[in-house]
Amino acid sequence: MAKSTPTKAKSTSDESSKGDHSWSIEGPIQILDPAGKVIDKELEPKLPDDELKEIYRWMVTARSFDERALSLQRQGRLGTYAPLSGQEAAQVGSAWALEQQDWMFPSYREHAVQVVRGQRWVDILTYWGGSEEGNRIPKNVNNFTISIPIATQILHAMGAAWAGKLRGEKMAAIAYFGDGGTSEGDFHEGLNFAGVFKVGTVFFCQNNQYAISVPRERQTSSETIAQKAIAYGFDGVQVDGNDFLAVYYITNRALEKARSGGGPTLIEAITYRFSHHTTADDWTRYRSAAEVEEWKQKDPLIRFRKYLENKKLWSDKDEQKLLEEAKAEVAKAVEEYEKLPERDVEEIFKYTFAEMPWNLKEQLEDLRAYLKEKKPEE
Amino acid sequence: MAQLTLVQAINDALKVEMRRDKSVMVLGEDVGVDGGVFRATEGLLQEFGAGRIVDTPLAESGIVGAAIGLALNGMKPVAEIQFDGFMPPAFDHVVSHIGRVRWRSRGRFNVPMVIRAPYGGGIHAPEHHSESPEAYYAHTPGLKVVMPSGPYDAKGLLISAIRDPDPVIYLEPKKNYRAFREEVPENDYALPFGKANLLKEGSDITVISWGYMARLSLQAAEMLGEQGIGVEVIDLRTLVPLDINAILASVQKTGRCLIAQEAPQTCAFGSELMTLIQEKAFDSLRAPLGRISGFDITIPLYRLEEAYMPDAGRVIRKIKEILQFS
Amino acid sequence: MAQMTLVQAINDALKCEMRQDKRVLVMGEDVGVDGGVFRATDGIINEFGPDRAIDTPLAESGIVGAAIGMAVNGLRPVAEIQFDGFMTPAFDQIVSHAARLRWRSRGRFSAPIVVRAPYGGGIRALEHHSESPEAWYVHTPGLKVVTPSGPSDAKGLLIAAIRDPDPVIYLEPKRLYRAFREEVPEGAYEIPLGKANLVREGRDVTAISWGSMSRLLAQTAEEVAEQDGTSIEVIDLRTLVPLDFELISQSVKKTGRVVILQESARTCGFASEIAALITERLLLHLEAPVVRVSGYDIAIPYFRMEEHYLPDSGKVARGIRQAVTY
Repeated sequence: MAKSTPTKAKSTSDESSKGDHSWSIEGPIQILDPAGKVIDKELEPKLPDDELKEIYRWMVTARSFDERALSLQRQGRLGTYAPLSGQEAAQVGSAWALEQQDWMFPSYREHAVQVVRGQRWVDILTYWGGSEEGNRIPKNVNNFTISIPIATQILHAMGAAWAGKLRGEKMAAIAYFGDGGTSEGDFHEGLNFAGVFKVGTVFFCQNNQYAISVPRERQTSSETIAQKAIAYGFDGVQVDGNDFLAVYYITNRALEKARSGGGPTLIEAITYRFSHHTTADDWTRYRSAAEVEEWKQKDPLIRFRKYLENKKLWSDKDEQKLLEEAKAEVAKAVEEYEKLPERDVEEIFKYTFAEMPWNLKEQLEDLRAYLKEKKPEE
Repeated sequence: MAQLTLVQAINDALKVEMRRDKSVMVLGEDVGVDGGVFRATEGLLQEFGAGRIVDTPLAESGIVGAAIGLALNGMKPVAEIQFDGFMPPAFDHVVSHIGRVRWRSRGRFNVPMVIRAPYGGGIHAPEHHSESPEAYYAHTPGLKVVMPSGPYDAKGLLISAIRDPDPVIYLEPKKNYRAFREEVPENDYALPFGKANLLKEGSDITVISWGYMARLSLQAAEMLGEQGIGVEVIDLRTLVPLDINAILASVQKTGRCLIAQEAPQTCAFGSELMTLIQEKAFDSLRAPLGRISGFDITIPLYRLEEAYMPDAGRVIRKIKEILQFS
Repeated sequence: MAQMTLVQAINDALKCEMRQDKRVLVMGEDVGVDGGVFRATDGIINEFGPDRAIDTPLAESGIVGAAIGMAVNGLRPVAEIQFDGFMTPAFDQIVSHAARLRWRSRGRFSAPIVVRAPYGGGIRALEHHSESPEAWYVHTPGLKVVTPSGPSDAKGLLIAAIRDPDPVIYLEPKRLYRAFREEVPEGAYEIPLGKANLVREGRDVTAISWGSMSRLLAQTAEEVAEQDGTSIEVIDLRTLVPLDFELISQSVKKTGRVVILQESARTCGFASEIAALITERLLLHLEAPVVRVSGYDIAIPYFRMEEHYLPDSGKVARGIRQAVTY
């Protein structure tokens, strides 16, 4: 189920940021400290209580999904999988700020963003379970398919937003990528185009500190990733990526700016990948357990839960109930995933072109004939 | 002699060459601390240090472009591209520069470098991790294209690639990385480029293949051998330079020929082989030339990957079809 | 009807489509104010404004990647890459994304873009300005590849390319941009993709070409026919993907002899694929090996030696005679 239409936090999005280049903030924006205490009341989005609980439900479900997907992979029931644990606030926080008409261009780790935006957990499993069907996105959902070649989707997001601008639509596009992606040529080209044409794109970098094994310091000697925006002529801002409220606040602001013709923004969300790059990776080869443990102290889920508790919105009982519900929701997706029907081989030939050319038809016929010979009983 | 897997043989080749020649270095994503995502560079950082085993930023074009500069100034870089599907970001450097530096500078400069990449399907990987891109490079003048099929060849060919004065695209069949072991000599040995390997002799039909498909073709040939059909299997080892003499000698003997490749069919390297054979051995042909390929589609994700990947059954079926022709 | 050059016909096609379909726009380096370095987009910015004739930063990957995003969001961009040799920086966006979006999204998204580029030699240009890169794109599943050879074809094929639901690589033979004029009908018309042009009927030999070489082939065929009394059938493919193999097949069954002319490097070029198809399917009809006349497996030389690389009427005539006299 996709998120319901969020109530906008008027207090944060009212400020007109059109042409405002003064809003870059020194150091990462933080609204909640790791203990869940509000340290910046002025920036705190005024979200209704029910919505706050719903947000927490999303983050917990994403974590639960992630853990289950990892174990499915270890049991051989899922293919290679890219875990998101640790990045829930960055993902749900930014996704929550998007509106239906906005376009979202993920890399390959944005499972939570995809589902908050209207895809289903079973789709994520289906994709990583080796079937292109998981990339079948409903017509009314402006999510793009995942992009595996690093940083390439930055250009697509910019182009889609550009088309919207040319047609006079009030929309924004958001591109997700990692710290490693900022080293690729397409990062430069995408941000440069957006700056030149003032395209309403939000470049959302989840700086999770590692591109597989290579640390952020090996990707750039810039002090921050956010500061790269200065060279492209637009705003760049760092945010504590494990702080839902801060991520939501700044993404919302950047999107509003984009929708209202104010151009692009680069957001660097500082976060951490708790687990492996993918299940084919082993993080113990390049990180210490102590380092991981240190980041786990900044767990975005714990922080948000404490925020809810401080607001008297959450109890241990609520927590227990939510964990069970999340597990059940994920279990339902797994059940559905494992009941997926076998697909006909025509599926792999379809969609190469709008209409199948003769060579493909011939090759499909030949494959069918071969499979029939192999299993004559069918 | 040690029993090594293909990926161990590659690791061994890198070590042997790096010990022998101080100008040899490795660069790429995750090749250092992590030892490479397939562990092809495992232990190299410890032995040779961070100056010769370089974890680069995530940028394929950057890796290859930088390697060009390194090679121009006396190093012998072995650049690793993590997967076949991430070679296109470096495509411009590969075709517009490395294949042409010698030509452009009239021999003043050359770029003796190796680009290693795992290639091919069959390991249940995500998109862009299962491609067979050899035809792009075979069509590009100035590049050598090497595709080993097993551990022994992998080591000897990689050593030759590193010593070669020209740039080499070295594609490793990832499905065979750990599929089997072979005796691999501990010392250094170089297998010459342009010399195909006769994997099996036979008089009824020639099967030409390379990389992953070569061993598969051998299996098919052995199965047919039990039925009394004599299949000659040629493992090309290198596509550029091509051992045309071995091909012609075999086809002139058998009069029938099948090309077995994994890449999409249209304009693949198999098309070139068929064209060459009919050009040079037309009168020897006793049946139309046949080919087994991937289909002209993007290689599917793993649920239906099996239907895409040529298997021994498809090779046998096509061989029988060609043999039936009289 | 007006007499137009090929480049004027392209300009006319763009204007026709832009007038009737507001989604169509052109983008690229120097396509706006300058009207394109070959003037293919001359006057478009004046008629349609800078939002539909977009001068982009100098970034080919950026141009194609942006065009993909625009196409996903409802526009029909015609991206110009200034020269064939500068298509390679955009290679990743073309082969890893444009070609696969429909496949990847199960039909939800597609990239109905046209990537136009002048291609081929013969204009005494610098390095990277004379390439014939069609084989790479033909080998990539999901792309259509169009190569017009004259003004009226160029217009009809470009309009068909813009209207096509799939991404089209549209390669314009730059040596023919202003080489001759032809009657070009006014207003929009389509020449269907996948239908070759039977330029000349004949019984003795089938001669096949496309794009930059088609006119040379037709002229040479005429000369050879007159001198030798040979009856030569000439086919201009117009589109390489989809390929009109039916017309080739009919012709080869009639003549039994084939010569294929291409400008690009020989190994793994498109001629290899045609020859492979013919030997696979029509071997019994062949009275002689399929003959290739092509560029060599080298980078195309600078202009002082360029003529030696390029097939000319002498090489073509020799190829035809080789096929006929075998």
